[in-house]
Amino acid sequence: MTHSGPELMPETWSTNDPVLSVRNLHKSYQDQHVLRGVEFDIRQGQVKAVLGPSGSGKSTMLRLMALLEPADDGEIRLRGRRIGVREKASGAVALPERELAKERRNIGMVFQKFNLFPHLTACRNVMLGLTSVKGIHHKEAEEQAMAMLQRVGLSHRAGHFPSELSGGQQQRVAIARALVMNPDVLLFDEPTSALDPELVGEVLDVMESLANDGMTMIVVTHEVRFARRVADEVTLFDSGVIVEQATPDEFFDNPQHQRTRKFLSHVH
Amino acid sequence: MEFDVNIFVQQLVNPSYLSGAFLSVAVAVLSLILATAIGFAVALGRTSRSRIAQGVAGIYTWFFRAIPALLVLLIIWNALPQLFPVLRQDWFSPFIAAFIGLGIVEAAFMAEIIRSALLSIDDGQALAGRALGMSPVKVMLKVVLPQAIRTALPPTGNEFIGLVKFSSLASVISLQELLTTAQVGVNITFRYAEYYAAAIVYYLIIVSLLTLLQSYVEKKFVWTSRSKSKKPSILEPVGQGVQS
Ligand SMILES: Nc1ncnc2c1ncn2[C@@H]1O[C@H](COP(=O)(O)OP(=O)(O)OP(=O)(O)O)[C@@H](O)[C@H]1O
Ligand SMILES: [Mg+2]
Repeated sequence: MTHSGPELMPETWSTNDPVLSVRNLHKSYQDQHVLRGVEFDIRQGQVKAVLGPSGSGKSTMLRLMALLEPADDGEIRLRGRRIGVREKASGAVALPERELAKERRNIGMVFQKFNLFPHLTACRNVMLGLTSVKGIHHKEAEEQAMAMLQRVGLSHRAGHFPSELSGGQQQRVAIARALVMNPDVLLFDEPTSALDPELVGEVLDVMESLANDGMTMIVVTHEVRFARRVADEVTLFDSGVIVEQATPDEFFDNPQHQRTRKFLSHVH
Repeated sequence: MEFDVNIFVQQLVNPSYLSGAFLSVAVAVLSLILATAIGFAVALGRTSRSRIAQGVAGIYTWFFRAIPALLVLLIIWNALPQLFPVLRQDWFSPFIAAFIGLGIVEAAFMAEIIRSALLSIDDGQALAGRALGMSPVKVMLKVVLPQAIRTALPPTGNEFIGLVKFSSLASVISLQELLTTAQVGVNITFRYAEYYAAAIVYYLIIVSLLTLLQSYVEKKFVWTSRSKSKKPSILEPVGQGVQS
């Protein structure tokens, strides 16, 4: 790229650098300071689990990373390139919604409540991003969608509507819908919290297989066993900042921070 | 005077009733289309973040909810041509005046139906569409609208039926719709019961057909892979939008 300024340096980005990198991220709602300077990096193929108490701002952090809401301050870089803003001499200006939409293609999001489109079959849910965002033709999109449904083990449910699927199946379709866009990073916001306990396993299995395939994933979760087994790094998020970051063994067996020990004593 | 079945049957098959019924339905269809188009714009205005759009949309709803449809028809037919020469030309017929007049009044009611349908869609839907990278227009067309239409269909069906009946208001601007047809016959023969009874039969047939159409369309919006059959009923309550 020839038009990159000093802040846009994709040519200096190497695969060892973070795919997604967050610096000094701040966000307030009314007078509530929810994110207080979040610092976060994730490298290609890494899986990071984010734990933390309710209301600490984990979902807010993901929404900002996915460019679904503007940050008050701080920066988000994808492959070294700053996203979500246009940099001007006077400072960074939030991009208009149409421009943001283009940048969002590279970041996938899986929601706690699935948010599948109820008026579309499973296959159409997965196809919609391909046809309406990437402009891929119907037939080609259908093939890609079917392949993705197969990957989450649901090709036999392709013609079913969300109301005809179990929660676990719906969440797997939602994962396929995000995955088919081939994002650089996939964000999960408590993907199993809305599920009946017996359906949690099938979703976690799909996520584990994605992780094994080298997908870059940030997973906000309460599933401690999943975090321990699948994540490369576990993070404690509390009161709008990242408190501790460590390998699963270090994090669970030998946490450095008092707040982590206190949190773990509640969830164990 | 007794009820003369012969006169009644004669009127039932009288072509002028049929053409009157056709005009009533045509006015209702066109004014509903116009009302939906304007109503959608007004609904977008009312849910918009722009203060100006909110204001314009709010004033539209406020104004046309207050003004009787009859008065709007009289203004469009009598007053506007005095102000705008273009409306004095031949193309400006009672039919056009009627559907425009009823359409702009009905738009105030359709706007409320569309607005509440749009608001009834879970925020997570637009969020998921945006997260996929869909533009605002695509989110509206592909995600929100198809779901909002389902919510808006039953009340819109009621408005439609209301419009068929309110098309009779257009008699004041000399449109030969169904009720006017009956009234003209009455004025000549004074056979009130027979002529009005024929009109009743026509209205019943029209509204029954519309109700069947409505339940057919609503079934298209049942999102299951198995086709669920719910018996359509023509004996459902009918709401009225345009207040005269
Ligand atoms: N759109 C919003 N408007 C106002 N306040 C908000 C909004 N979104 C989040 N908040 C507030 O920000 C705080 C953090 O919310 P967030 O949902 O990010 O927490 P969380 O860590 O995801 O919690 P949970 O584990 O319950 O999902 C909460 O106090 C919440 O009330
Ligand atoms: Mg949350």
